[in-house]
Amino acid sequence: MSPTTDNAVSTTTEVSVRLLESMVRIRMVEEAIAAHYPEQGMRCPVHLSIGQEAASAGACMALRPDDLAMSGHRSHAHYLGKGGDLKAMIAEIYGKATGCCHGRGGSMHLVDLKAGFVGAVPIVGSTIPIATGLAFADHQLKRDRVTVAFLGEAATEEGVFHESVNFASLHHLPIVFVCENNLYSVYSPMSVRQPAHREVWQLAAGHGVTARQGDGNDPLAVYELMRAAVAQARAGRGPVFLELKTYRWREHCGAGFDNHIGYRTEAEYLTWRERDPIAIFESRLKESGEFDALRDAQFKSRVESEIAEAFAAAKSAPFPAGSTLMHHVYAAP
Amino acid sequence: MKTPARELTYAEAIREGFAIALERDPRVLLMGLGVPDPKGFFGTTLNLQKQFGADRVMDMPCAENGMSGIMLGAALNGLRPVINHQRLDFALLAMDPICTQAAKWSYMFGGAMKMPVVFRMIIGRGWGQGPQHSQCLQSWFAHIPGLKVVMPTTPHDAKGLLIAAIEDDNPVVFIEHRWLHHIKGEVPAGHYTVPIGPARLAREGGDITIVAFSYMVLEALEAAEKLAEDGIDAEVIDVRSLRPLDQTLLLVSLRKTGRLVVADTGHSTAGMAAEILAIASESAFGSLKAAPRRICFPECPTPTSPTLAAEYYPRAGHIVAAARVVLQRQPNEDDLLIPAGAELDKPNPAFTGPF
Repeated sequence: MSPTTDNAVSTTTEVSVRLLESMVRIRMVEEAIAAHYPEQGMRCPVHLSIGQEAASAGACMALRPDDLAMSGHRSHAHYLGKGGDLKAMIAEIYGKATGCCHGRGGSMHLVDLKAGFVGAVPIVGSTIPIATGLAFADHQLKRDRVTVAFLGEAATEEGVFHESVNFASLHHLPIVFVCENNLYSVYSPMSVRQPAHREVWQLAAGHGVTARQGDGNDPLAVYELMRAAVAQARAGRGPVFLELKTYRWREHCGAGFDNHIGYRTEAEYLTWRERDPIAIFESRLKESGEFDALRDAQFKSRVESEIAEAFAAAKSAPFPAGSTLMHHVYAAP
Repeated sequence: MKTPARELTYAEAIREGFAIALERDPRVLLMGLGVPDPKGFFGTTLNLQKQFGADRVMDMPCAENGMSGIMLGAALNGLRPVINHQRLDFALLAMDPICTQAAKWSYMFGGAMKMPVVFRMIIGRGWGQGPQHSQCLQSWFAHIPGLKVVMPTTPHDAKGLLIAAIEDDNPVVFIEHRWLHHIKGEVPAGHYTVPIGPARLAREGGDITIVAFSYMVLEALEAAEKLAEDGIDAEVIDVRSLRPLDQTLLLVSLRKTGRLVVADTGHSTAGMAAEILAIASESAFGSLKAAPRRICFPECPTPTSPTLAAEYYPRAGHIVAAARVVLQRQPNEDDLLIPAGAELDKPNPAFTGPF
């Protein structure tokens, strides 16, 4: 099943329904990962985006399939939103030979070049310059393509963020920096990392790029912001930075919940749970009469089978042979 | 009729290698702070921007880390960039893109992508380069699987290895020594490559093997001449490729001589010279007739004052003295004499600074 990544959607209702479906699919995949994780078959760290699905759904909906994207450690949603192959992703998390990195990457190193998802790495901020370099090459080679760098707000504290945005601004590169501000870097809150009197988007504005802030839990708002951003970048009018306020529901790393360990309050978590991007958007569609219960049920049923198939395939797939250990250290001649 | 040999300096050979690479492949891009500046990066990039345009020979923000990462993205998306650092010390700001990103990219994504990028760095020496403009950290890069690391010594190899590095589909760390830039040597015109991997037999000899790196090859050759005066026939191996490292030439030589001195531009602890000794003891233990010796930097940062720098940098005489020990010959106090008027903080008499 092909997720959104298509901005040629005809009607606003179709846009809305697809945004909902994209979010639902990401949520269902990650809930399945969380459900299977205790079986100990997925032997790598997982960073779930549950609660943050609107950013990926809205941003990727505004992209063309040939546009490029990169991400960081919390990349499942971005990979899926951009059209990454679900089976290859689940197999990779299981460390199998059929995984998107043939078992050399795991959850923190997803890639699907066919979908334009050029890679994700867990060193915070490290894909920001690489994504900027993708846009730089497209600019140099006069290709009509936009790159999206997905990042978290903590990555804006890294030097390479500023070095990259400065360079992108200098050369008017076709790139959109999509920053999900989920308020925490692991367990460290914004209050110990950034000054309260300065918003994250202002950092980018200081580099002379268009910078906007939006509700990261409203997929339609993200989509509208992103559509304008992509149009600007594609037209050669320079990069755009979007700060999307959102919240991670589950623990920083792993499948459970971590509100009890004391770095954030249960009350704060429950406030954000109330702002569930999927539930709220579904109600909105119901109110406006755009929600089609039959289509929704059929969609969920298809995704359920798709997920079941992906997990079954991953579990039964072979592990990479030990004899392949040294493969791919260097490029094949 | 034989064409007379054409001589270029090392710096001219680098410049010619760049010009040929830029000419042959429109994807090649030179990036670096000062690459198009009037001094032309010690002459190695002189006028290349005029010849190939400002979008292929580019100056950049003072952002070694970010710009290195940006060059990785450019390499993944159709360009073949060379990022240039006037001193190796500046490249250390980019250890994440070099060692954690570029070196892993092919492996961690299961061979899905290639990373054709060159990180060019220059090691400074003399004229007060001091603690932060003269670090020789080639062993840091050579330690990392996924990187290739070269340190050419001759103008011929500088051009041939530079073109090979640019044409390679893997990340290559290309390290020059500032004291090689003025050295002249035969350089064929036109396109050629020197393969990354094989070491070079710089001098044939049967009594002792001197394995040397980069600028120290010149000191080793001078040492071999001095040893020859005493009837000692030294073989000199130029390890121009640090990763992959050519063990064959080393082992063939050791089986012949049974005696080894290693001369590196760098510290001894966990350095390249230690790696050579490890290869010798693991694979030629039975051939060794005496304990090998290392000639490396002292275990302190590089000092600035000329008197301290003179004490710091090992010379041909140190290699000669070490060779005598390994050969179980009498020491000669004259080995470490400094000729009257010698200026040890200059690469050549014509050099007047500033860097």
